[in-house]
This record gives sequence, structure tokens and C-alpha cells, in this order.
Amino acid sequence: MWMSWRTPRGPGRELRRDVALVCLADGIVAVSFGATAVAGGLPGWLPVLMSLVVFAGGAQFAAVGVVLAGGSPVAAVAAGALLNTRLLPYGLGVADVTTGRWWTRLLGAHLTTDETVAFALRQREPAARRMAFWTCGLALFSAWNVAVLLGVLAGTAVKNTAAFGLDATFPAVLLALALPTLADMRTRAAAGTGAAAAVALTPVLPAGLPVLAALGGLAWLWRRR
Amino acid sequence: MPLLAIAVLAAFTFAFRLAGPLLRDRVSVPPGAQRLLGSAAAVLLVALAATSALTQDRGFGGWARPAGVLVAAVLAVRRVPFPVVVLAAAVVTALLRLGGLH
Repeated sequence: MWMSWRTPRGPGRELRRDVALVCLADGIVAVSFGATAVAGGLPGWLPVLMSLVVFAGGAQFAAVGVVLAGGSPVAAVAAGALLNTRLLPYGLGVADVTTGRWWTRLLGAHLTTDETVAFALRQREPAARRMAFWTCGLALFSAWNVAVLLGVLAGTAVKNTAAFGLDATFPAVLLALALPTLADMRTRAAAGTGAAAAVALTPVLPAGLPVLAALGGLAWLWRRR
Repeated sequence: MPLLAIAVLAAFTFAFRLAGPLLRDRVSVPPGAQRLLGSAAAVLLVALAATSALTQDRGFGGWARPAGVLVAAVLAVRRVPFPVVVLAAAVVTALLRLGGLH
């Protein structure tokens, strides 16, 4: 077995169940990502390729969202890349998990997501951490990419995706992703101000820029500090 | 969205992912900076959610979509499971459109 991280016993029942639930939830998001992208007029290979090489749901949604709104590729990449800066502290947090040969380290880095890090950090023992990280990572990578492909096929087959309300899943996913961070009052104020500014600026600024302009809302964080 | 944009985003993403394990023992992100990045990500997500819920082609995008998103947001705040939140947004919007509200 190449899986040197494997402990004598395989992933426990509880871990398998929790990972399956996360895969199901993310699978629904992935289907809506694939379907939204092709319904917006993007070629089918684009969301599929993007999911394989970027493999970060929030950033994929953000980049495609900017493009579908008519924004430039630069604005799309900027929005996606900024969202993914959080992966750096994540990587520090699970650095002990993705050790070993160079290619396990590279693969482990690619599998670093909100979900895999959360699973790893729930465990105390190093072996259990590795097991949780790799089980979740490999399962999620498979589920995510298969589901995006299914979404692309569904979005291509169903011509009128608006009738199914698919366009509403996109903002709903983004809000749900942001929710844990919004527990902090100042972040909430910053996000509210930024969102209002972005909506108000949408008719006047080139597409893609209003969302980046929302970062001006961060000024709230320095007030009364 | 050109291939190059996907490649650049993928490269940025992988660099952020790899930096942690590589820089371990040498750097630690100060908690303040970590919080700021988290807040910046949340601001970006909410702004994108708001514009994609409310606008289309740089104008108002109709009532059905923001209504569905609002229902989903309320469910999410009440800690309803994620798949239900996502499906609720689609179902509410679809039903409103079926009922003639766009």
C-alpha cells in the first residue's frame, strides 16, 4: 500500500459517515456550480477543468460569478485568489499531516480545503489526523469533480435553468460559506457596508470591480480600535 | 474566461496551499493578520452574494431570486443543514417564478 499514513484499522465508521455527509452537501453545491456555469454561457470543459486544478468551491464560484456578470478575467482571478489566501494559515495548521514523500506533500497541499482541515483538526492523535485528512480529501476530491460534471450535463440538457431557480443557489452558497466569519460584529458591519456599496456601484462600475470595491467596507475594522 | 485565467488562479491557489507546509517552523501568521484575511474573505463573499442575488446585466434582476436567497439565509442562520439551505433557495425561487413573480 502506498498509503503510509494508514493506521492498522481503516477509517472508522463515524468518520466515514461524516465524510459522506460532507461529500453529499458539497456535491449539491458542485452540481449547481457546473449547471450555473454552462447555463451562463460558459463552455462545459471550463467548470470541469477549473474544479480539477483549483479545487476550492468558494473561489470557483467567485471567479465564475465575476465572469458571468461580465467582469474581466483579472477581476475574476483577483476575487478567487483573495478568497484562497485563507489556505495559507490552513496549510500551517495541518503541516504535520501532509508529510512524507514529495508527491504526497504536493497532493496533500492540493487537498487542503475548509472541510479537510476541519476534519483533521478535530482529531488529536497524529495518525488519526492523517486518516481524517486523507479520507476526507480523497473522497471530497472525487465527489466534487464528479458532481461538477453531472451539473454541466444537467445544465446543458435543461435549457431553462431559471425555471428551477438554480441562479438562487449561487448567492445562497456564498452566504452560507461566509456565515461562520460573520459571527464577529465588526466583520458583519464591514460585510454589510461592502455589500451595499457593491450593489450601488454595479450600474456604474465595470463588472467585477463593485465586488472588489466592497473591500473598502473593511475600513470598519479599524474604527474605534 | 480564458485558459490562462484558470491557470493563474490555480497557481495562486496551489501556492497558498503549499506555503503553509513549506514555511512551517519558519513563520507564523500573526493572529491579527489571520483575522483580517478571514474578514476580507467574508466581505468578498457577502458582496458577491448580494450583487448576484439582486442584479443582472447591471440592473435589478427581479424579486424571485433575492426572495429565495433570503429564505436560504434565514435557514442558514438557524443552522439548518447545508444541502437543505441550497435546495431551499432553488425551490423558493422556482415556485415564485411558477406563480408569476419574476
